Amino acid sequence: MKPVKVFIPRDSAALAAGADAVSAALLSECEQRGLAIELVRNSSRGMFWLEPLIEVQTPAGRVAYGPVDPQDIAGLLDSGLLQGRLGHVLALGATEAIPFLARQERLTFCRMGVTAPLSLTDYEAHGGWQGLRRALALPEGAIVQEVLDSGLRGRGGAAFPAGIKWRTVAQAQAAQKYIVCNADEGDSGTYSDRMTLEGDPFMLIEGLLIAGLAVGATQGYVYIRSEYPHAIASLDEAITKAREAGFLGPDVCGSGQTFELEVRKAAGAYVCGEETAMLESIEGRRGIVRAKPPLPALRGLFGQPTVINNVITLASVPLILARGSAFYRDFGMGRSRGTLPFQLGGNIRHGGLVEKAFGLSLRELLYDFGGGSRSGRPIKAVQVGGPLGAYVPESQWDLPMDYEAYAAVGAGLGHGGIVVHDEGADMAQLARYAFAFCALESCGKCTPCRIGSTRGVEVIDRLIAQQNPDQQLDLLHDLCDTMVHGSLCAMGSMTPLPVLSALRHYPADFGLVSVTAQAA
Amino acid sequence: MPHILTVGDRRPDTDKARAPAPTGAMPPEQALAIGTLIRQHEHRPGALLPLLHAIQDRLTYIPPAAVPAIAAALNLSRAEVHGVLSYYHFFRQQAPGRHVVQVCQAEACQACGANELLAQAEGALACARGQTIADGAVTLEAVYCLGLCASSPALQIDQELHGRVSPQRLEGLLQALWTRDAETAR
Repeated sequence: MKPVKVFIPRDSAALAAGADAVSAALLSECEQRGLAIELVRNSSRGMFWLEPLIEVQTPAGRVAYGPVDPQDIAGLLDSGLLQGRLGHVLALGATEAIPFLARQERLTFCRMGVTAPLSLTDYEAHGGWQGLRRALALPEGAIVQEVLDSGLRGRGGAAFPAGIKWRTVAQAQAAQKYIVCNADEGDSGTYSDRMTLEGDPFMLIEGLLIAGLAVGATQGYVYIRSEYPHAIASLDEAITKAREAGFLGPDVCGSGQTFELEVRKAAGAYVCGEETAMLESIEGRRGIVRAKPPLPALRGLFGQPTVINNVITLASVPLILARGSAFYRDFGMGRSRGTLPFQLGGNIRHGGLVEKAFGLSLRELLYDFGGGSRSGRPIKAVQVGGPLGAYVPESQWDLPMDYEAYAAVGAGLGHGGIVVHDEGADMAQLARYAFAFCALESCGKCTPCRIGSTRGVEVIDRLIAQQNPDQQLDLLHDLCDTMVHGSLCAMGSMTPLPVLSALRHYPADFGLVSVTAQAA
Repeated sequence: MPHILTVGDRRPDTDKARAPAPTGAMPPEQALAIGTLIRQHEHRPGALLPLLHAIQDRLTYIPPAAVPAIAAALNLSRAEVHGVLSYYHFFRQQAPGRHVVQVCQAEACQACGANELLAQAEGALACARGQTIADGAVTLEAVYCLGLCASSPALQIDQELHGRVSPQRLEGLLQALWTRDAETAR
């Protein structure tokens, strides 16, 4: 009898839920029963409330069960797990019919949960390397044009048009150019980079290769957080395999072009997610922010022209090349073209990865996908765009998720992280935390951030203690104004955003009746 | 025209034949390991962070006594090496406990009780955050984001990740940790 193919993810969120113990229990129980299975440790579908998820291959497609505990295995097997029967309480039906997944537009994340992350066979069978092959055949300048036409903007948070950055580097004259992938995904509430590194690393490698060809760079680095050991191991192994298969090295796909790639492990500094601090770190120095100009595109890593892009930006490139710029550009709205893999986290019932074209609303994400709060208590505050993003009040939950629409109300999409807090949240403490985290992580170079962050903690403490609140409010607004306009980088200049939005929308938590918002 | 050094420039390599600087007071096997790792990594572009990671992977920390040898090999000042070693939260200058417990304290985990979870760990281990308990068994630390934000609150014990950790679950994990530690001590 042919072994039944069973999938249990190896994504670290699945591991954190106990996927290894479930795998061991399944293998052991099947052996005892004489049942032949082929266990594949795939990437995660990104429906993290269902992990550990078991999927079974049936002639009609894959059927899902979850969240599974080792103790459930016997009962699952008894009720026909391996035949994809739906009698067990943990049976979820056809995986791709699960509404959370079915309603998404998984362009970049098309293989997430489907393939085994380090299988070159799987990658090739699911559209892998088509973008690279097309890029190798295109005339000079055409790759950059395709990326420009797609409207792809940086997915790290700054949302700068990727094509313009690539064109700048392509036009620079230099003996050596670099591609650096920013995988220092330090924002709480974000994990799309982690999922990509762990779950579809060849896609990132392909994007880096295309970038190298586009601008004439022969060396790439991927700077990964030290807090992501599984991601580092996964990409290291993917690089080795890609090199052995001739995709990396001195003769990419027999083209005669060179591209070498290396992982550089970060060391726990949040500010090294800022591109110039990251370059300093790769160069072996403290991660301290550089003044711009010069732009890294002209004088970047080791002083050479450098493309720096976020993981998702680079991961979106293969499909743009494979399907053409118009295909990607047709998704989205306004100047926000394509899709964003939004990440739902915090106090949310259905936490996970939702890739959608720009334009849907936050309310849709919170309720239609997210299912409301995990606790069941009302959602009080939602921080969009990471720790440097504003708390978005309910009155704004129907705005389209679009870079410009959010910027217009003093908020931002950032890297797509969405963190949900229920009514247990103390917004004054969260505002204090924003300053305290900034103080902990400040590189120390510019005074507004280095000193302002600590002073900010003190002012919030005095507000909370009701000491001279009117005076402290004035001081707080003045301090935030200084940090916003005087800081050298986005960490100092955006730390006031969560603080001021918390103050504006939740004054009661600060012991205030209301706050007249001053433009920062 | 004199060569004007700017911050970050290396000093001119005037004496490549100079013998490597001594590693200072440390056990010989440690000095040997560090010397080997220095030779393995010293020629890489931006070698310092990969080298420090390699040393910490091998020894669980980077002995401050290693700084002169690292500086000499990479043609940096001891201050520059010390600066990097002390700048990054990940690098340790003393050995951690036999086990390391890291509880995420970032926003998504705070939304599901991370603050209370760390306080519970402090109480259960009789150990303040950032400290190692007296018998060297456990180091307890706050960490800022493990990328498990849909599985909050999250923590890491040694190499194992845990998500959706309830107070009961934390108690169980720490009990299991004591058991493991006692067994390896025998």
